[in-house]
Amino acid sequence: MLIGKVVGSVVATRKDEKISGSKLLVVQVHDAHNAPTSQYVVAADSVQAGPGDMVLYATGSSARQTELTEGRPIDAVVMAVVDSWDLGGENVYEKWAQ
Amino acid sequence: MYLARVTGRLVASVRYPGLEGVALQWIQPVDEAGEPMGAQLVACAAIRCGPGDLVQFVDGREAALACPETFVPVDAAVVGFVEEAASHAGVLRQRGLERGAR
Repeated sequence: MLIGKVVGSVVATRKDEKISGSKLLVVQVHDAHNAPTSQYVVAADSVQAGPGDMVLYATGSSARQTELTEGRPIDAVVMAVVDSWDLGGENVYEKWAQ
Repeated sequence: MYLARVTGRLVASVRYPGLEGVALQWIQPVDEAGEPMGAQLVACAAIRCGPGDLVQFVDGREAALACPETFVPVDAAVVGFVEEAASHAGVLRQRGLERGAR
């Protein structure tokens, strides 16, 4: 899984009927040191994440292993909202720091 | 499967149902000589391990099979604690981070 920040959502009126009803988020990928990268993914949401949330997302066929995405043409799913993490004993991100 | 070093821990209280109680850890994939290979990622830990440990992990859909609940959106899981990995580059050991002679 990789982490990213929810920076927006996708509205699409014309789409495959199998993905209608899925909430799609625009996620900007961050690296392990919490630096934003220039990569973005559109991911289905399975945990009610909102704008500004730091999230964990799974890609590939694993993304279809939820009740919302099973059998649907979806290859990325947000599966957790991140509270904090540390690297080498040092705190890198803390959701409630501010 | 790939070799990796555990580099950190991640806390997430809101998760997809079925993932409660599963440890999430940052891992750095390493090559046969123990040098970093590619970017760090987050994996579910199916075994007990902590920062600094040399482990092996599986990616893709099979990773969910290592979790207590197997129908979960997980694409990386730590499945083994590596004592020693021998190759043409030498012997990569769990402790000491050294590359011993074969």
